[in-house]
Amino acid sequence: MRFAFTDQQLEFRDAVRQVLTKECTTADVRAAFEEPGTPSGRWAALADMGIIGMTIPEDLGGLGLGLIDVVPLVEEAGRVALPEPLGLTAGVAAPLLTACLSGDDAEASARARTWLERIAHGDAVAAIGTHAAPDVPVAGAAGADLLLMTAIGPDGPAVHAVAAADVSITPVPTLDPTRRLASVAWRPETDTVVASSPLSPALLERTAQRAAVITAAELLGLADAMIDMTAAYAKERQQFGKPIGSFQAIKHLLAGAQVLLEFARPTVYGAAWALDHDEADAGRSASVAKAYASEAALESARVSLQVHGAIGYTWECDLQLFLKRSWALAEAWGSASDHRALVLESLISAR
Amino acid sequence: MDAPMDLHGTPTQEAFRAEARSWLEAHAPEPRSLPSLDTADGFEAHRAWEAEMAADRWSVVSWPEEYGGRGVGILEWLIFEEEYWRLQAPLRVSQNGIFLLAPTLFEFGTDEQKSRFLPPMAAATEIWCQGWSEPDAGSDLAGIRSRARRSETEGGWVLTGQKTWASRGAFAEWCFGLFRTDPEAERHRGLTYFLIDMATPGVTVRPIPQIDGETGFAELFFEEVFVPDHLVLGEVGKGWNVAMATAGSERGLSLRSPARYTEAANRLVDLYAERFTVDPDRTRRSADAVAAAWMDAEAYRLNTLWTATRVLEGGSVGPEASANKIHWSQTDLAIHRAALDLLGPAAEFHGEGIDAPWLDGYLFALAGPIYAGTNEIQRNVVAERMLGLPRA
Repeated sequence: MRFAFTDQQLEFRDAVRQVLTKECTTADVRAAFEEPGTPSGRWAALADMGIIGMTIPEDLGGLGLGLIDVVPLVEEAGRVALPEPLGLTAGVAAPLLTACLSGDDAEASARARTWLERIAHGDAVAAIGTHAAPDVPVAGAAGADLLLMTAIGPDGPAVHAVAAADVSITPVPTLDPTRRLASVAWRPETDTVVASSPLSPALLERTAQRAAVITAAELLGLADAMIDMTAAYAKERQQFGKPIGSFQAIKHLLAGAQVLLEFARPTVYGAAWALDHDEADAGRSASVAKAYASEAALESARVSLQVHGAIGYTWECDLQLFLKRSWALAEAWGSASDHRALVLESLISAR
Repeated sequence: MDAPMDLHGTPTQEAFRAEARSWLEAHAPEPRSLPSLDTADGFEAHRAWEAEMAADRWSVVSWPEEYGGRGVGILEWLIFEEEYWRLQAPLRVSQNGIFLLAPTLFEFGTDEQKSRFLPPMAAATEIWCQGWSEPDAGSDLAGIRSRARRSETEGGWVLTGQKTWASRGAFAEWCFGLFRTDPEAERHRGLTYFLIDMATPGVTVRPIPQIDGETGFAELFFEEVFVPDHLVLGEVGKGWNVAMATAGSERGLSLRSPARYTEAANRLVDLYAERFTVDPDRTRRSADAVAAAWMDAEAYRLNTLWTATRVLEGGSVGPEASANKIHWSQTDLAIHRAALDLLGPAAEFHGEGIDAPWLDGYLFALAGPIYAGTNEIQRNVVAERMLGLPRA
């Protein structure tokens, strides 16, 4: 039994933190916020480090690593509120396409292969609409090159890899513009299939679980960043002749959020490990992680806004960038209460 | 460290689990078959159970063999605890000794102290209580007033004062306590940690009935109680540091192993399923609370493995122990509160029978945010030492 990252995983995380601290300041996030889609060098820098293609097999230009390797890096992305969908591309789309390589349909595998090579080289940003009913907007679709979509056919669900250039994409306004939600008008074609039955049903279930864990990891980073910036503010802001952080009312708000975050973290790491190893309860672990991380981030957001007071309610204050992302991600891929319902269902059926 | 993450036990660990399971299945009393350990009869019944464990070296598995243990590591101890609580085996009457004093003895005790005290602690022939809180020193523990006066002629100390809320104090043979040896020193510096034989002349015990009517704790009065020098633990005047090591154990890894909450949380899911067959509409309204409580226990289990790995690889448990204490106490409450809601009108039944354990468990859980340092004090610690907020 060993529940910790390896030295190599931690070194990788530190290297990514260093790059992101430089390449993704709050001014950069704000710029992306105000003009989503503005080109930046960040994606190329991450691709050069091998991060976008981390889970892609080595012969396709990736590193052949697992979700547990991606999670700490996505946490870093959350910490700086990275506007680009690093987690969904590297931790969800890439593993989905990689799983498609093992299907019986050679043409489908070849399509998956082509996209994987592009992702590994940083040439393709992916959005995932596999869970969405046709009229539900897809997060990240407005900036993506590749859309992974599901169509229900006579033989069950089929996963399609659709080039964004070939379909009609209509952005949907959202509170956090970097989410880049859009409705996608597309029609399933035979030459876009990457997985069909019997591969696809289990693959879609796994994809939703991976997305839940990746989103949870991003929420951990966001929560940590909000608590950090709020603690810093509470040390500096003076009232009644003292820093407000010396008052117990403030301390206890922040401590409560910190405790939630401390306990959310191992649930996310445990779930990533369980998914990598196809553990029998991996799906339940993913739900625990998403529920816990969502609660931790929502509580950190609530407390951070409250402790900042009116300044936190302004456009000018950077806190808003983190609040809005947290609120969006807390609901994405299943809310805390959605996942609690799944956890209970799974516990009851396992009795 | 280069070994990859692995949440499965090694073959050796799983063999240890199987051995523990088979011994416990053969020996552990039926759930709730012993009288409450907060009664005189129950205390002795629990002592006898621990003696039975000790005879086969199962009472303190992580201690070195010379003191009655099996010399296994912290992960194996967690495995043992999983097997122990899975069978709903009895609460540990020696918990103050084995979980709180023992880690302190291992860190600060002399070889003589360890040889003298650890074996009878493991065998439950000597049971310990904790003499820290005083009527005017609770959350403000450094405000302790009980005094120890130096007696050069006798080679020891003469203790005077009053301690309170000493769990198991009504029946324990020994007490570990903090007394002020230097009234002139700054208040954290003038304290010394003593090991006190409760049979010493001058010690008076007044049991205090708890909220459930049983005498789980006691007031202890010390009138000119002589304690020889060899019963000072750590250095004279360093009692605060020695005590904080105990407090770290109390809130951190050793006092409340996750298995206890995992077991209760699984039992809660069973209760939900049973109630569902009787009244699905009403039961469904508790679904979210039941799942949340189960997840709290699961998060605690994972966080403990995380912390245990860190400790095994040379890390230490600092202020995270305070976050831990807040979490386990809240988890215990969440589990039992959800159970009482499921029981509805039957929640208040308190006789012999199926529903009483939840109510007793709830009463016990209510103490959690208070003992081992109130959760308010722990939140101060988290805010000041994890987040760097200034002291008031």
